Amino acid sequence: MRKYLNLFLTMFKIGLFTFGGGYAMIALLENEFVSKKEWIEKDEFLDMVAIAESTPGPIAINAATYIGYKMLGFLGSLTATVAVCIPSFVIIYAISLFFDAFLSITLVSYAFRGIQVCVIWLILSAGLKMLKQMKKTAFNILILSAVILCMVAFSVLSVSFSTIFYILLSGSIGLFIYALGLLREKKWAGK
Amino acid sequence: MIYLELFLTFLQIGAVSFGGGYGMISLIREKVLIHGWLTEEELLNMIAVSESTPGPIAVNMATFVGSAQGGILGSFLATLGVVLPSFIIILIIAALIGNILKYNGVQAFLLGGIRPCVVGLILATAITMFMSTLFSFKSIDSAVIPDGKGLIIFAIIAATAVISKRIGKKPLSPILLILISAGLGMILYSL
Repeated sequence: MRKYLNLFLTMFKIGLFTFGGGYAMIALLENEFVSKKEWIEKDEFLDMVAIAESTPGPIAINAATYIGYKMLGFLGSLTATVAVCIPSFVIIYAISLFFDAFLSITLVSYAFRGIQVCVIWLILSAGLKMLKQMKKTAFNILILSAVILCMVAFSVLSVSFSTIFYILLSGSIGLFIYALGLLREKKWAGK
Repeated sequence: MIYLELFLTFLQIGAVSFGGGYGMISLIREKVLIHGWLTEEELLNMIAVSESTPGPIAVNMATFVGSAQGGILGSFLATLGVVLPSFIIILIIAALIGNILKYNGVQAFLLGGIRPCVVGLILATAITMFMSTLFSFKSIDSAVIPDGKGLIIFAIIAATAVISKRIGKKPLSPILLILISAGLGMILYSL
């Protein structure tokens, strides 16, 4: 019981103090669970980060579920996930109750017009940062440009084509190319 | 039935959007715009609020949209929806599969195909948001009306971010940029 409470409180604290989403949280998690409490080994933690980043959903939730399970099984993962969500849920729910009234103040609405512009920059710079880190293989550049071109063109032409299809298509193409590579290797080996 | 719609929509977002944080924005944007739950401006406001409050953007967004559309129950169901896929997928991986990334096929699908796609989605989302917010250019039929003040704010924010990164070696925190843009918005739009 003590362990559950400890896990709950640690995750709650991380949920309360992580600004800026998943990647910021990874550092906090490592500090708490690997360095301070030594509940999880470094290698296992690195595996967890790779998995949390490459599976769908918020990275923070993926990480909390994984750590909770490794520590205390199913109930542990439930405890960790609920704990990490509660702070955002409570804070955002409270904000949602008075946000419209807040925005109806003229000066605040001006401030938010400025903020909207800033958010576009934040998204653009997040994309550019990922672009810098991406390996510039012909395949990656092809997928990237095709996605950008199609998405911008479809949005301008009001053609609806869900983001879901881009994701599934690109994944399948990646898999297809990989399978093709395997086949070719086999052919070579056969000769 | 709004409750079911909220739950299922955010379940989809949780199940197929990769890359965490900004990676999830393109699908969230598509869904909330199609359902008419938020306008582009409201979405940008909410991203700013998410950046300035703790917790994952996707959870914050689900809580806010759920609350606006269906009160506390809507808020709860939307959040549950966005968290559930992560929880189940990670549980299966942690309990049964172990590190999925050791399988080459999975790597080809996730890292090969989906990673460049996510970068493309983020950049394309930023571009379409830029066109629709700063030029009110939403589709081929709409007139292009540049928002001069908005463009000035964008230029100042981008320059501040880039220059401070050059000088200080460390990027400015998003919250600081949001505060600067709020000040600029108040000044410029009051004129």
